[in-house]
Amino acid sequence: MDVMSQKISDYIIKRNENNYEVIIGLEVHAQVLSDSKLFSTSSTKFGAEPNTQVSLVDAAFPGMLPVINEFCIKQAVKTGVGLKAKINKRSIFDRKNYFYADLPQGYQISQYKNPIVGEGSVILDLPLGEKTIGIERLHLEQDAGKSIHDIDPQNTLVDLNRSGVALMEIVSKPDLRSPNEVNTYIKKLRSIMRYLGTCDGNMQEGSLRADVNVSVRKKGEKELGTRCEIKNVNSIKFMQMAIEYEANRQVDIIEEGGSIDQETRLFDTKKNETRSMRSKEDAHDYRYFPDPDLLPLEITDDFINNIKKSIPELPDEKKKRFIEKFNLSAYEANILVSDIETSKYFEEVIENSDVKISTNWITGELFALLNDKNLEISKSPISAKNLSKLINLIKDGTISGKIAKSVFEIMATEDKNPVDIVEEKGLKQQSDPKELEKLIDKVINENPDKVQEYKSGKKKLFVFFVGQAMKASGGKANPQLINDILKKKLR
Amino acid sequence: MSNILDFTLVDLVEKIKKKDLSSKEITKAYVERSEKSKKLNTYITDDFKNALKKADNFDSKPDFNKKLPGIPIAVKDLFCTKNLRTTAGSKILENFIPTYESTVTNNIWNEGGILLGKLNCDEFAMGSSNETSFFGNVQSPVGEKLVPGGSSGGSASALRAKLTPATIGTDTGGSIRQPASFTGIVGLKPTYGSCSRYGIVAFASSLDQAGPMTQDVKDCSLLLSVISSYDNNDSTSINFKRGDYLKKLSKSIKGKKIGIPKEYRVEGMPKEIEDLWQKGITIAKEAGAEILDISLPNTNYALPAYYIVAPAEASSNLARYDGVKYGFRSKGKNLIDMYEKTRSEGFGNEVKRRIMIGTYVLSSGYYDAYYLKAQKVRRLIKNDFDEVYKKVDAILTPSTPSSAFKIGEKTNDPVSMYLNDIFTVPINLAGLPAISIPAGHDEKGYPLGLQIIGKAFDEQNILNIAYSLEEEINFKNKIDDWWM
Repeated sequence: MDVMSQKISDYIIKRNENNYEVIIGLEVHAQVLSDSKLFSTSSTKFGAEPNTQVSLVDAAFPGMLPVINEFCIKQAVKTGVGLKAKINKRSIFDRKNYFYADLPQGYQISQYKNPIVGEGSVILDLPLGEKTIGIERLHLEQDAGKSIHDIDPQNTLVDLNRSGVALMEIVSKPDLRSPNEVNTYIKKLRSIMRYLGTCDGNMQEGSLRADVNVSVRKKGEKELGTRCEIKNVNSIKFMQMAIEYEANRQVDIIEEGGSIDQETRLFDTKKNETRSMRSKEDAHDYRYFPDPDLLPLEITDDFINNIKKSIPELPDEKKKRFIEKFNLSAYEANILVSDIETSKYFEEVIENSDVKISTNWITGELFALLNDKNLEISKSPISAKNLSKLINLIKDGTISGKIAKSVFEIMATEDKNPVDIVEEKGLKQQSDPKELEKLIDKVINENPDKVQEYKSGKKKLFVFFVGQAMKASGGKANPQLINDILKKKLR
Repeated sequence: MSNILDFTLVDLVEKIKKKDLSSKEITKAYVERSEKSKKLNTYITDDFKNALKKADNFDSKPDFNKKLPGIPIAVKDLFCTKNLRTTAGSKILENFIPTYESTVTNNIWNEGGILLGKLNCDEFAMGSSNETSFFGNVQSPVGEKLVPGGSSGGSASALRAKLTPATIGTDTGGSIRQPASFTGIVGLKPTYGSCSRYGIVAFASSLDQAGPMTQDVKDCSLLLSVISSYDNNDSTSINFKRGDYLKKLSKSIKGKKIGIPKEYRVEGMPKEIEDLWQKGITIAKEAGAEILDISLPNTNYALPAYYIVAPAEASSNLARYDGVKYGFRSKGKNLIDMYEKTRSEGFGNEVKRRIMIGTYVLSSGYYDAYYLKAQKVRRLIKNDFDEVYKKVDAILTPSTPSSAFKIGEKTNDPVSMYLNDIFTVPINLAGLPAISIPAGHDEKGYPLGLQIIGKAFDEQNILNIAYSLEEEINFKNKIDDWWM
C-alpha cells in the first residue's frame, strides 16, 4: 500500500528548485446521532429557540451531576467498529478545564488518555487506486454552547442548546497528502457514519467539523515538519482552501530561510487566508484530570459483540459485492455505494430490473435530475419502484430510450407509474412490422428524389429516412425495426 | 414546653405517633428557641414561617407511617433546597435560589420531615472552624468565642444548642465528625456512594458524603436510614442493600474485633485525648470486644495527599461560579475582567487558597509530581485499611487531635488548621464509614470525641459499637445557654 500511496500523492508544491510535500492530519468532530445529550436527557434537536433545550446539568447548576447516556456509548463503539478500530473496554472521562462564557461547567468532559476507541483505518478510493488512512483514536466529548456576538451591540449572548451534546472526535494519523485526499477522506468518513446511523454528517448544521493539522517537508525527507493546527473548519471546501493557503504559506517561510512556529490558526473564509490565533507558548494548560463525578467506563465483550452484530454492510463490502455480483465497474460501484441512500435506491431498482440499464439511468438521468433540483436521493421525486418499471419498459421494448426520457420527465413532476403514463399518452413503441411498413412506404413515396439520390450512392441519406419515419410515428416507432425495414425497401 | 427540646429525635417521633405532641408544638418550640439564639449565628436562612405552616398541615392530615412524621429539621446550607436560598456559605451564591431539591433533603421531606432553615457552614465546606463563611463565624454553644468546628459548624452548633432535633452535614475530610467531636454530638460519615451527592454543592466530588448529626446513636441510625438511598442521578451512587439501621441496632458487640492503629498515637497529642482513647478501649473490652493492635503504615501521608486531591477537584468544581449564569456577578470591561472581578470579590480567602493549590497541582509539569502521586498514596491508604480489615471488624481512634479552640486562634495558620483533620481525612480517602461519638471532656470542659471506623457498607456494625460504648460512657451535656 505504501508504494501505491507514493504514486497517488501527486500534490506537490514547487518553489525554485524544491518540491514540497504536504502532510495533513484531521481531527474530525462528528455529532453523535442521538435524541438526548451525552450526560443529560435534554433534546438535541437542531434549530430550536435559544436556551430551550437546556437542563440544569447542561447549565452547570450547583450540585448537578453528569450521568452517561448509554446510547451515545453504543454509537461511539459502533463507529469504532465501522472504522475497523480497537474498542477499549475501559475508558475514562476527563475534565478539560478552561474558562469561556459558553462553557457552563468551566470544563469540558472529554476523554484524554484513555479513549473509548483506539487505532483503526479508513480506505480511500482515489483516481489511481486505493489508499489506507490510519485512525489514531476516537473519543467522546461534550460540545460547548454558542456565543453570539452580533445581536446585541453591548453584550455577548449565550445559547446553551448545544451545550452537552455528544461529539465523537476522530483523529487521523498524518497520512493525508493533498486537499483532494482530504475531500475523499471526509466524504468516506461521513459515508461510513451515515451507513451506521451514528452521525448525520450535516455540515451546514455543524454536525461535522474539523481541526486541520498541516505541515510541509521537502520531497524525500523522512522527518515531519512543524505543524500548524487550523481550528474548527466547517466545510470541505474551506478545509481544502485552508490547506492550500497554509501549505503555501509554510513553503514560503522555509524558502526564505525561516522556520515554522507551532501554533493554532484560524481560517478567515472572507479573505481566504489563515491567521495566527495563539502560539505554542500561549497554549492553554487544560489541567486534564479524571472526572470524579463519573466512574471509569467499563464495557463488556457482550456489549461489543451485540453492537458488532448490528453493523450493516458498509461501503467497502458493499462495493465489493456490487462488483462481484452485478458486474459493475469499480467506478460505478463507488458512486453507488458512497451514499447509503443511493445504494438502497439502487438495490431496490435492480431487484426487478436489468442491472446495466438501471446503473446507467441512476448515475445518468436520475443524478442529473437530483443535482438540478438540489435534492438528496431520499427526497427523489421518482421512487425506486417507478424507475424500476420504466427500466422494464425499455428492456422489453415497450418504449424506446428516447421516449423513456420524456416519460422520465413526466415522472419527475409527478411520481406516477410509467406504465400508466405510456398508456395515457399513447407512447407505446410501434413494433408491428406491417404498420411500420405502411409508414415507411409513405415516406419513400413522398420522397422520390431522395430515393433516387440514395440509390445512386449517397448512402448518408439513410439517416434522413430513419428520421422521417420516426417523425411520422411520433417518435414511437421501434428504431431497430425501422432500420431493418428501410434497409430492405431501399435495396 | 422546655421538655420538648430535651427529647431525642426518636423520642419525638414516638410522641408524635402517640399523639402526645403535635408537629406544631414541636416546630414552635424549636422556632422560638432558634429566634432567641441568633447570637450563635447558626442560621444563614430560616424558613420558620413555612415550617409552622407545614406543621399545621401535617397535624391536620398526619401520616404516622413516615419515619420522621412532622419533625422539623434544619440542614447545612450546602444542600440545595427548592425555592429556598442556598449559599454554601459564599458571597458568590448569596442570592442563589435553587429550582430543585437535593436527593438527601428530598428523602427527609418524603419521610415527613419539615425544613426549619439553612445552617451556616464554612464557605464551600472549606474549613475546620466555620470561620470562612461569608455569613460570619458560628459560635459554639459549649462556650463563648469558641469555634464549633467545621465545615458543618452551623449544624453542630444548632443541634447542640437545641435549635433543631437532628441535622445533616457533609463530610469531605472530617466536616461532620470534627464539629461533632467539638460540640459533643454524634456525627456519621457514611461509606462513599451511600448518600446521593445530587443537589449538594460540590467541594471535592470523590470525597464528599452527606451524613447525619444527632444527639445520640439511635437518632443517628434513624436519620441514616432516611437519607441513605441509591440514586440514578449520581453516577457514583452505589446500589447496595440498605438496612433499617435503627431496627437492627444492638448493644451486643461480644466477640467483635476492634483494631487500635499505632500511627494515630501522634506526637504532641494531649494526654487527655490519650486517656479518652484508653477509656474507649477499656469499655469496648468490658463489653466483650477483642482489642487488637494494628498498623496503618501510610497514615502520615493522608493529610498531604488529601490537601492535593481535594483542592484539585475543588479548583475544577468551582469553575462554574463565573458570574455568567447565576449567582454574584461583578461588572467588568470584558469577559476576562468580569471573571476576575467576580471571582476575586465572590470567593473568600480560604476558597481562593484552595483553588490556587488545586490549579497548581493539576498544571502540566506538576500533575505527575502532585496529583498523580497523591492518587497513588490514596490507593496505598485504602490498601492499608483493606489489609487490617482482614483481621478486625472496626477501628477505634480519637476523632480529633485536640478539643475546640477559640475563634481567631488558628485563622492565620492554615497548616495548623488543616492538622485538625488528621484522624478523619484517611477515612474519606479510603471511602469508608466512620462515626464520632462524644466520649468525655478536657480540663476546660470542652467535649472530646471517639471515632469508630468501619468496613465499606458496614454502617450497622459501627453504629452497634457506638451504641454499646455510648451507654457506658454516659456523656453528660454541659450547656449553660450562655448566649441567651
